[in-house]
Amino acid sequence: MQTIDLATQSLRDLNVTLQAQKDQTNATSWQVLNPRGAHAIAVGLDAPIEVTVRGSTGYYCAGMNKQATVHVTGSAGPGVAENMMSGTVIIEGDASQYAGATGRGGLLVIKGNASSRCGISMKGIDIVVQGNIGHMSAFMGQAGNLVVCGDAGDALGDSLYEARLFVRGSVKSLGADCIEKEMRPEHLEILRNLLERAGVDAKPEEFRRYGSARRLYNFDVDNAAAY
Amino acid sequence: MCGIVGLFLKDKSLEPKLGAMLTDMLVTMTDRGPDSAGIAIYGDSASGHAKLTIQSDQADADFATLADDLSSALGVPVSLHRKDTHAVLALPVGKATAARATLAELRPGLRVMSDGESIEIYKEVGLPKDVARRFDLSAMTGSHGIGHTRMATESAVTTQGAHPFSTGADQCLVHNGSLSNHNNWRRKLKREGIRIDSMNDTEVGAAYLTWKMQNGATLGEALEGALDDLDGFFTFVVGTKDGFGVVRDPIACKPAVMAETDQYVAFGSEYRALVNLPGIETARVWEPEPATVYFWSH
Repeated sequence: MQTIDLATQSLRDLNVTLQAQKDQTNATSWQVLNPRGAHAIAVGLDAPIEVTVRGSTGYYCAGMNKQATVHVTGSAGPGVAENMMSGTVIIEGDASQYAGATGRGGLLVIKGNASSRCGISMKGIDIVVQGNIGHMSAFMGQAGNLVVCGDAGDALGDSLYEARLFVRGSVKSLGADCIEKEMRPEHLEILRNLLERAGVDAKPEEFRRYGSARRLYNFDVDNAAAY
Repeated sequence: MCGIVGLFLKDKSLEPKLGAMLTDMLVTMTDRGPDSAGIAIYGDSASGHAKLTIQSDQADADFATLADDLSSALGVPVSLHRKDTHAVLALPVGKATAARATLAELRPGLRVMSDGESIEIYKEVGLPKDVARRFDLSAMTGSHGIGHTRMATESAVTTQGAHPFSTGADQCLVHNGSLSNHNNWRRKLKREGIRIDSMNDTEVGAAYLTWKMQNGATLGEALEGALDDLDGFFTFVVGTKDGFGVVRDPIACKPAVMAETDQYVAFGSEYRALVNLPGIETARVWEPEPATVYFWSH
């Protein structure tokens, strides 16, 4: 395992080194010591490597990730795994606001709670939160799946396009144009697969599904009340 | 963007280190607010004494004979302890209001930053590390304190526009965000007789809380009122003689992290500000909920 210690090496050294790893690299296992809440740790990676960050991170950890697996043993600050393309990001603790924002692919697993705006404008990413999520989560979500094993805050799925939202606990309120939908066998299958990949011991049947009512795609005066 | 740090000590053995810990937290937040910095520190309250922290752009001239001048005008003993552009006046309790009026006559250019039994406020334009050095913040002791690094949006980069703001005895407020209805509230609060010195939005927030508490609200009730009456973005940290409180607006865009151990409760705009605190590895660390009032007191 390769080690980069942010107590003695710069953040730029860390990211340049990790970004230089290509598909065929032999250095597939990395650990980052002393993150101490620094911003932009392990961003822009594009190789099938595994990076373990030992501690808690600040803004934008693992942003724009492709292929790599980034594992944070503490908590993550705002914007973790923002705009992820593929790969996996796992947060052992909590995640601050807008986790997984605009993500296009890959899997983000948050073992604690995620705060507000989790999965905002998600475009294909899969997000599994074992705890609760805050208000305005999946706002304007376009594709992908958001799985919440705990409770969801206010205005879940506001102005949603096509992302699927699965919540096991309570939903404080649904946002504009977000409704509860029937859980069909294909949804249970998607959910079972996601829970398994995230290593969560929960039954798909315990969840409810929410999605877009599709009244706000284009302006129609008859739907003015839905805004 | 601005940076906030706060530290409320439960363990008295840490009190000699309060200034040092808070200064380290403050300097870490420099890139959130390089325009100006300030700190409110609640230190020893000498019984029977009120403290006024004053500031002057012409400190040499204004402070030279001020203690004697004020003492003869008020007919009570006054002492002055200078720190750079600021000084702390100590005078018998109950004389703070009279002292303010007399100071305005004796030294019209002088500003009163705070008054109370234990609060002292130091704030200036410049990088947090330079501000901290000028006032020797790291040597200060006390039971709790709040610091702020400012990236100005709503008013000019001046000493007067720096945080913390104090509009009532032993009260102070720091703010990350921007209020959008502060002009209306400034007019209303001035009509109600509340003192507001600047065009800054945060000072209106502080004055709002003072007004609420003057009308019988507890600090907790005043903060609840702020959620209803103040429009805009805010993460507020407030200080009183006995404690400190935190409240975020319902949208909660402005970041906040808290940590609690048996020894202290700490606030930081980011986790980075907390990493050098003792026992942070095992502290309970969490993000304060939106529209929820938190308060700790001794």
